[in-house]
Amino acid sequence: MTELTNLGVKAIRDGVADGTFTAREVAEAFNAAVAAASELNAFIVATPDHALAAADAVDAKRAKGEDLGKMGGVPIGMKDLFATKGVQTTAASHILEGFTPEYESTVSQNLWDAGAGMLGKLNLDQFAMGSSNETSYFGNVASPWKKDGTNAAMSPGGSSGGSSSAVAARIAPAATGTDTGGSIRQPAAFTGICGIKPTYGRCSRWGVVAFASSLDQAGPMARSVEDCAIMLEAMAGFDPKDATSLQMDVPAWEAGLDADLKGKKIGIPKEYRMDGTDEEILKSWEQGKEWLHDAGAEIVDVSLPHTKYALPAYYIVAPAEASSNLARYDGVRYGLRDLPDGAGLQDMYAATRAAGFGDEVKRRILIGTYVLSAGFYDAYYTQAQKIRTLVAKDFAQAFGQCDAILAPTTPTASFPLGSLNEDPLTMYLNDVFAVPASLAGLPAMSVPATLNADGLPLGLQIVGKPFDEQGVLDTGLAIQQRAGFDAKPDKWW
Amino acid sequence: MSSYRIQGATGEWEVVIGLEVHAQVTSNAKLFSGAATAFGAEPNTQVSLVDAAMPGMLPVPNRECIRQAVRTGMAIEAEINTYSRFDRKNYFYADLPQGYQISQLYHPIVGEGQLLIEADEKAGIAEDKVIGIERIHVEQDAGKLMHDQHPTMSYVDLNRSGVALMEIVSKPDMRSPAEAGAYVRKLRAILRYVGSCDGNMEEGSMRADVNVSVRKPGEEFGTRTETKNVNSVRFVMQVIEYEANRQVDVIENGGKVDQETRLFDPGTGTTRTMRSKEDAHDYRYFPDPDLLPLELEEDFLAECRASLPELPDAKRRRYENDLGLTPYNARELTAEVETFARFETLLAAAAAKIGKGEAQVATQVANWALSVAPGVMKSLGDEANMANATAEAQAGILAMQDKGEISGGQAKEIYEIVLRDGGEPEKIADEKGLKQVSDTGAIEEAIDAIIAANGDKVEEYRSGKDKLFGFFVGQTMKAMQGKANPAVVNQILKDKLS
Repeated sequence: MTELTNLGVKAIRDGVADGTFTAREVAEAFNAAVAAASELNAFIVATPDHALAAADAVDAKRAKGEDLGKMGGVPIGMKDLFATKGVQTTAASHILEGFTPEYESTVSQNLWDAGAGMLGKLNLDQFAMGSSNETSYFGNVASPWKKDGTNAAMSPGGSSGGSSSAVAARIAPAATGTDTGGSIRQPAAFTGICGIKPTYGRCSRWGVVAFASSLDQAGPMARSVEDCAIMLEAMAGFDPKDATSLQMDVPAWEAGLDADLKGKKIGIPKEYRMDGTDEEILKSWEQGKEWLHDAGAEIVDVSLPHTKYALPAYYIVAPAEASSNLARYDGVRYGLRDLPDGAGLQDMYAATRAAGFGDEVKRRILIGTYVLSAGFYDAYYTQAQKIRTLVAKDFAQAFGQCDAILAPTTPTASFPLGSLNEDPLTMYLNDVFAVPASLAGLPAMSVPATLNADGLPLGLQIVGKPFDEQGVLDTGLAIQQRAGFDAKPDKWW
Repeated sequence: MSSYRIQGATGEWEVVIGLEVHAQVTSNAKLFSGAATAFGAEPNTQVSLVDAAMPGMLPVPNRECIRQAVRTGMAIEAEINTYSRFDRKNYFYADLPQGYQISQLYHPIVGEGQLLIEADEKAGIAEDKVIGIERIHVEQDAGKLMHDQHPTMSYVDLNRSGVALMEIVSKPDMRSPAEAGAYVRKLRAILRYVGSCDGNMEEGSMRADVNVSVRKPGEEFGTRTETKNVNSVRFVMQVIEYEANRQVDVIENGGKVDQETRLFDPGTGTTRTMRSKEDAHDYRYFPDPDLLPLELEEDFLAECRASLPELPDAKRRRYENDLGLTPYNARELTAEVETFARFETLLAAAAAKIGKGEAQVATQVANWALSVAPGVMKSLGDEANMANATAEAQAGILAMQDKGEISGGQAKEIYEIVLRDGGEPEKIADEKGLKQVSDTGAIEEAIDAIIAANGDKVEEYRSGKDKLFGFFVGQTMKAMQGKANPAVVNQILKDKLS
């Protein structure tokens, strides 16, 4: 039965549907794998009963000959940023420790409706703020990968580090992620899996703990492009409860997959050739171009001139929104309340928030509060919004010349946990290639390309036109077929 | 020009007033959630997940609230901004679950408009005056803290949290407490005509922030203070009176008025400092990223416009010009929604019953509605059952009066019975004998007898002593026990005495 955990979304769904195995067998196999992988610290809580109940429901449906749903019988990991009814939802924070919502996020509900079950709530960077999964109140997540010849725990990336670690370690066939400035793509790249952030508005934000509302987007993380297509189809859809939700039908991405890129143009942005980018990353980028050329695409140079301003603008806009979004965690209605003896309201706020938020969250609240303050607003927030508009215009112009853009996902491969802690700026630079697509709200995906000399995965990023997830997936599939990435980490946990 | 002046030791001071009126939008649901909005519900029973700011909850604009704001804007002849946006006003307080209020700072939904306050000698407003309105924006209300539930803790009631408010900001165009009072009353009337706010100040559906400054006439504006959350017209006027005098005292004693936020104490009629400029919050306004800009379509605007009722100024003009009412009657009848609604129902019923056009009976109905009927009601006090005050019954009385079947006094008597005991006026008139005699035979008989008995007076009258006509009328009415139709009596007397 252990082989079941090597299967991805499509193989499980199809296997359950044709009776090769039952959904319950699959759920049991993954529940066992989750229970045995505590050293990864990928899960904050496991929910084996949820996975079993969903599996049993699917098996019962199959017995009755009913439709099993797009994700029928597939157990998944749920990033602990999605509210799950009756299951603790923490955003990996102390301030929400023990918070159990009475509601289910739209995206998770969509997945359950599609026949998926939940293995547990996945660890993440606290409030999705971080690029290494070292800011969680519930401890670091370790990548299943190790640098050749070393035993140091490596970062699974962040903020969806629990998701990337679990999927790469085969303790979940797939997981939800959220991406505000690279939080799906960077961890996917670090762990040799696929992850797609759809166009802003494709997936409802209702019930997802907010980090930066104008950037937050949910998306799937899995080990193949096909699996991402299937799961994204289940997650996406218009939601009247989210005013920024796209009022568009969800295309049949899985059925539409086509790796033949004849007639397509792939843009290579010259500004992504940045100082400090790893040579091996640049090499894999070159390789990616060849693969796509081989798939029939024409490779064209494009320019995204405002790229270098994107990261600074992101680190104004995202903290600004976060400083306001996180104001609701005040100890009054739910979550942690620290009320020192004789304390008044202000003291309660101060004590609760001091104890409830980690350093990185506090850092971003401070930055955000500062850039929105009277006298600084125009110099920071207004300017950042202008840059955001220019970045989006860059892409719009580039898409006049090409159908999708190919770039590295990250400037480096994964790094050992603890190695960048003292240097937030270097940490922030991890997302330098991911952030522009976030600011522009574009669909973007990371697919694994190769292992570097240290045996660590490297990813390639595809950025598409608005609403053209299909084009992104197709390009990803073309890379996947040629990269033949089948490396998996040696089990040490 | 207002002549209202504060007499200071250094001469006359003029007061400058601007008002920010918060009006709760009439809507079954809150601005960004589906929760109910009824007043007086048990604490925390009208709270959705959004209103309680649970993690991951999102606001979705309620179209009805937007519609009401637009209609209100149209009613004050304001510019409607087809593009507007919501901003977050960030501050921490226990009654503000999100940690920010969703409001509209940068791009309000309604731009500049205006409102007419009418001349009112009695109130000291010499002539009609147009008060400018700067803007209307929509925003969320906060919850309520309850400090009397526990010895050391405060409780929070979130029923009001997220309820839609319109903030209607005037220009600093008012110059006296009377003008400010008239402005609030007129604004309240317009809101109630439009149906966008119930205007109930006691329940907090309408409250005002009162901005006051003083200056020597003709000089630049002085420093203003803002007194928050004043919840009656009388209090608004008191705040202005108190603040203007306080500020004059401060200045004349060599001090400076601080730009600050103040609180009104209705018990003492005074204001006191709530927070100074130094303590002012930095609200860190920025566009709410959970909400897209509001873009209003032409169809939507057309529907809003078409749904507007006749507004107070237009109605008043129509009452004067088409119905021939006096300016006083027209103003009184159009001041309140209930008043004009009752009047128009009665007018239609009376015109139908009498069989004349509305314009021909309007003055009679107006007098009845404004003076006769309220007089009867007042005299009855608790005995009056207003359920009996139907338009049908009143129209019946007015019709009998119009036909000369009953006198004015009898009309009152019949209405008194109607209010107290109910019943059809026509039947009451018959049964209680409350009818004038118009039977010429009976009247002639009585008059013949009086003429026969008063030969000397008849001679005097015929030789030119016209004043005696009244004597004959009086004698006739007496003989008829007051029930003769005076018009008929007059006519027959004139014939017989000539």
